[in-house]
Amino acid sequence: MASANYSILAHHFENLEQQRETETMGMWLFLATEILIFGAIFTGYTIYRVRYPRDFEAASAHLNLLIGSINTIVLLSSSLTMALSVHATRVGRQKMLMTCLTLTIVLGATFLGLKALEYYSDYEDFLVPGLRFRPGEWTELTPPANPQHVQLMLAFYYIMTGMHAVHMLVGMGLLVWLVLRARQGMLTPVRYMAIEVIGLYWHFVDIVWIFLLPLLYLTGTHHGSDLHF
Amino acid sequence: MSSTITTRFVPQAKARPPRAPEVNYLNVAYGVKSWLLTTDHKRIAILYLFTVTLMFFLGGAAATVIRLNLMTPTGELVTADTYNKLFSAHGIIMVWFFLVPVVPTVLGNFLLPLMIGARDLAFPKLNLLSWYIFTIGAVITLWAILAGGVDTGWTFYTPFSTRSARTNVIPTIIGIFISGFSSILTGLNFIVTMHRMRAPGLTWFRMPLFLWAIYAGSIILVLATPVLAVALILIGVERAWGIGIFDPELGGDPLLFQHLFWFYSHPVVYIMILPAMGVVTEIIPCFARKNIYGYEFVAASSVGIAVLSFFVWAHHMFVAGQSVYSAMIFSALSYLVAVPSGVKVFSWTATLYKGSVSLRTPMLFAVGFIALFTMGGLTGLMLAALGVDMHVHDTYFIIAHFHFIMVGGAVMGYMGGLHFWWPKMTGRMYSEFLSKLAALIIFVGFMLTFLPQFVLGYLGMPRRYHVYPPEFQILNVMSSAGASILAVGYVLPLFYLIWSLYGGKPAGPNPWGATGLEWQTPSPPPPHNFDETPIVTTAPYEYSLEETDGVG
Repeated sequence: MASANYSILAHHFENLEQQRETETMGMWLFLATEILIFGAIFTGYTIYRVRYPRDFEAASAHLNLLIGSINTIVLLSSSLTMALSVHATRVGRQKMLMTCLTLTIVLGATFLGLKALEYYSDYEDFLVPGLRFRPGEWTELTPPANPQHVQLMLAFYYIMTGMHAVHMLVGMGLLVWLVLRARQGMLTPVRYMAIEVIGLYWHFVDIVWIFLLPLLYLTGTHHGSDLHF
Repeated sequence: MSSTITTRFVPQAKARPPRAPEVNYLNVAYGVKSWLLTTDHKRIAILYLFTVTLMFFLGGAAATVIRLNLMTPTGELVTADTYNKLFSAHGIIMVWFFLVPVVPTVLGNFLLPLMIGARDLAFPKLNLLSWYIFTIGAVITLWAILAGGVDTGWTFYTPFSTRSARTNVIPTIIGIFISGFSSILTGLNFIVTMHRMRAPGLTWFRMPLFLWAIYAGSIILVLATPVLAVALILIGVERAWGIGIFDPELGGDPLLFQHLFWFYSHPVVYIMILPAMGVVTEIIPCFARKNIYGYEFVAASSVGIAVLSFFVWAHHMFVAGQSVYSAMIFSALSYLVAVPSGVKVFSWTATLYKGSVSLRTPMLFAVGFIALFTMGGLTGLMLAALGVDMHVHDTYFIIAHFHFIMVGGAVMGYMGGLHFWWPKMTGRMYSEFLSKLAALIIFVGFMLTFLPQFVLGYLGMPRRYHVYPPEFQILNVMSSAGASILAVGYVLPLFYLIWSLYGGKPAGPNPWGATGLEWQTPSPPPPHNFDETPIVTTAPYEYSLEETDGVG
């Protein structure tokens, strides 16, 4: 064991390779549990989507596709900067690491800000089941939609995007922690596992969004006039 | 006996006889802080031991009042509302805060690194964190139960739990939701540890079968618990905002809740029983002085049970309105689970056959386990049959069946394991006479409590009722009398195990003459488990009938 590695090798591991393999496997297994969390809720959504196709499409058509699309681009870009910051750590480019990490945080914050704006516009548009909702609006549609099933779709929309946003917030916290570590010089070509596994997590949260976009936003038939802020 | 040890454990330097070390995990540091901030898996196991034991007696107290109330057909002790809260509290505490965590977090935590020759679990801080999460979840749930209670039963069936129940549903599910993360983190930690931390030479097929069982149970913990989390979130959302996710009046479907709930809660009964099966698989070869019969088949049966456990959940819903065809398929799949379970029972009995059996305390519990688990398993097959299930659904037959598996199986297995490894954990022996007496009392008390319930259920007494027709009274009084005997059997170990810490004989590293890495380190083990990483060259069970001295 090289003495330079001594401080980062935890007492219960034989060598760094074992430690790294262990940490990577832990994160992959954690992501497997995350798949089951989102999988269960996707199952519930799919069942009702199949049962009430017309109502789900009508509700989907009222969601804010413009913000949804912009957010998709924002989030995918943040995945790129995340991947670059992992790469920068591995090759020891400290300045690039700080830039990319900061960019990832800015993009993540942009996503959450736009999401908050979108929730507000949904609130303005009477799209909050139970609290701020106009059943009459939906029965007047041609063909009419069942307001209760529309509320069901909207409930799933809030639960799914809400759970995704909570994961984003956790990821943002982890990114801030990474910036602090990078500042202390604790992210180096030898000591990169923290950013490596947090990177995996960040990409996972992005992939969840890739499934949410078509399920929630692209289900309904949108017209040009729907692209509103 | 010493020859067994040297073939099994070849230290890198010259062989030294294990002796009691000056420093062990218990005396390495003192004070509350040294326990609450520990990352030593052995100390965390002791923390869990305190917590789950407390929860066991709280859940048991609820059961005591239930049985007292059922002494009379009119239920004079408590009101119907209180009764509903009592059986809900009993189920919630026992399932989530005792049966699911007990064997993995106490015995698994303590033994897993010792059995694979590692210095700790893969993620020691995560291990401590999971104890804190578990404790926070337990405190919230207990608070919800004490401050008004919850009356939905442990199953939270909708729409009752989302619309009609006027009790603390949301605080309770928050507590369970939080404790679920403890399950996930523990399972994750165990799986990664077994994959990445095994000592040199310790191949998968040289692992003790207890670890195969823990591995299978951990897979279920990791994959099933998230689904429960979602089911609970959806209940909370529906209850708080009146959105009809499961409410048929609002377009939802109550059957979806049952699917999500049982997708977790059926595999979860295998989380309870699999590790206990693993415990029994360690005890039987040791006290029969014979190697386990069919090692590979027992290992595969653990994994087989874990896999099949995910494909039988809808047998809880045969009368809930699902399609007849899916009921038929789930019935057939449920029968399949009997195959790996049967493999285990045959393997245990084949190991006992012509063995040099000594009925020490752990062995009494293990033999009791085989008897009670087999009865529980066979009645499970009756319930997997559609016709029989229609007749006895939601009756005491179900109660008796799953208590045979959960109490007769999981708790017996845990008690056996606790008595088997207690000398290793504490370095002390307990009273042989009192512990054998406790094993006997538990077995007799258990039989008297739950055998009458099979009859009651078959005659048509529904579960969860606060009153019953007078003709059922004799059987109910028998059951309550048995419960009081059972209570004595459970309280007794509390005394002699605590006494053993002060007055027990020093156990030495290997009081049972058992093979396995954990017996080759001193008792109690040093903080880092092994002075030198062991190199494993042989199979886990190296018993032979010739050398039986030292045991029995």
